[in-house]
Amino acid sequence: MKTLVFVEHHGSELQKGSLGVLAKAASLGGDVAAVLAGGGVTALAAEAGSFGAATVHVADDASLEPPLPQPRVDVLAKVVRDGGYDTVLFANSVLAADVASGLAARLDAGINWDLADVVVQDGALVGKRPALGDSVYVDVGWKSEPRIALFRAGSFDATPTGGGAPQVETVAVGLEPHSTAAKVVGRELEESTGPSIEDADVIVAGGRGLGAPEGFTLAEELARALGGAVGATRAVVDAGWYPYAAQIGQTGKTVSPKLYVALGISGAIQHKVGMQSSSVIVAINKDPNAPIFEFSDLGVVGDLHEIVPKLTELVKQQRGS
Amino acid sequence: MKIAVCVKHVPEGSARLDAGSKRLDRSGEGALNRFDANAVEEALRLKGESDTEVVVVSMGPEKAADSLRKALAMGADRAVLVSDDAAAGADLVATSRVLAAALEREGADLVLFGQQASDGDGAVLWAAVAERLRRPVVSQAAALSLEGAGVHVKRQTEFGYDVIEAPLPAVVAVSDAINEPRYPSLKGIMGAKKKPQEVLTLAELGVDAAQAGEAGSQTTVLALAAPPARGGAQKIEDDGNAAQAIVDFLAEKRLL
Repeated sequence: MKTLVFVEHHGSELQKGSLGVLAKAASLGGDVAAVLAGGGVTALAAEAGSFGAATVHVADDASLEPPLPQPRVDVLAKVVRDGGYDTVLFANSVLAADVASGLAARLDAGINWDLADVVVQDGALVGKRPALGDSVYVDVGWKSEPRIALFRAGSFDATPTGGGAPQVETVAVGLEPHSTAAKVVGRELEESTGPSIEDADVIVAGGRGLGAPEGFTLAEELARALGGAVGATRAVVDAGWYPYAAQIGQTGKTVSPKLYVALGISGAIQHKVGMQSSSVIVAINKDPNAPIFEFSDLGVVGDLHEIVPKLTELVKQQRGS
Repeated sequence: MKIAVCVKHVPEGSARLDAGSKRLDRSGEGALNRFDANAVEEALRLKGESDTEVVVVSMGPEKAADSLRKALAMGADRAVLVSDDAAAGADLVATSRVLAAALEREGADLVLFGQQASDGDGAVLWAAVAERLRRPVVSQAAALSLEGAGVHVKRQTEFGYDVIEAPLPAVVAVSDAINEPRYPSLKGIMGAKKKPQEVLTLAELGVDAAQAGEAGSQTTVLALAAPPARGGAQKIEDDGNAAQAIVDFLAEKRLL
């Protein structure tokens, strides 16, 4: 197997999701390479080596600075063709999904997306895709090469593999006319005070049960104590209690942190889809019949306004923060 | 100006997979994918009172005509359905090939998509279609306007917003935060029946059947399985010590 992993960066930070996919690729064996595309990204190549890339293809060019998918399709198509890669892996993101899909069309390659895992079975690559609200797991395969796969956020831990310095290969960037037609003319980046919800190991999410926009202070304080990020349900985002960037669910982000704490969240299917692959789910809700309890590891029936402040204090004591 | 909106007819209610074919069971009632209603709405908003033509385009079974009629009832001007037994079971590569052919035939200035299909399919089709049409693409549009000979898009990302401009012809996928789709009026529903509705076969579109549907697909479904169970769940009632119980639980799971 000759695998290429698209490693995404934001500023000078490699995205944990894509490093997790890289580490997974390394665990499957074969030749594993990463591709980095951006402006001033050469310095980031070494880090990809420690997550399992023996080779890092670097396309470092000012034209790749804006986070647009189409120029990256040009870069990846060239790397895949020149390098003879049979497998191309992506960690899902707004950018990566468009790159993966565009690449599939460019190469007429099979793409399986929304995968939670991938295994080698009888010598063939098999993707694991939770479907229909995760009520069924579908095993998916590819009929030809290259095989393209797009993984759900947080499918794999970004654990360093102990790999050494990678071989860095410079990619000569040649862009197609239609790939350079779209231009970024402005950016409004939201200031984040903690980890982004897709990269966070711990998420404290709030729903209607917080009672009012101010209720999110409880979620924020608990998240801070746990070193995590804050998420929200569609209902409270629609009601204007919390920004859309924090929305988890079918119409928001899909997350799978190590710990998900649901505060006053009923657990409607639209929310469940976005968080049920979390490793451990703790839910606090005053309604004993809330659906969230059906897929929580620890369900607490009670008043979150009583419990959460105490919990935050106890966590602070325990963690000595 | 012409705006094409790609829409999908999805099974209504809870979808299920057919154990035999391992495809989505499309035998029941269906409806317009609700995320596509945002794309139809946006096209109608951009059209306003102008003479812009809004054409809705779909690939699907014959019943998909119902969803196209709903889009017509909302206010779209014309519908094109690619319906062919040989187009069934298509993956992304095959679907994008057929849709691109239908869009090529329309020659629209702007192609719109909704942000995802509600029947479990992913949210990636537009980039493949744009690649085949060799047009610029912008996804996750939270705001869209026409400016000069191009589009001005506010794209929502994990990190905030990017403001992107692209010349027409272009492909834009709108997020469901962009608008609140209108409900068809009674007049709209009555009028929809009289609007032009075309059904095309692959041959009429000039697409080789071997390049479409399951035959033209490069991915395959191997097996269906029950999801991994979440074992050992506990449920407690707060007796004043719930906070401590949670901390103990987290400590035991080594999460603190």
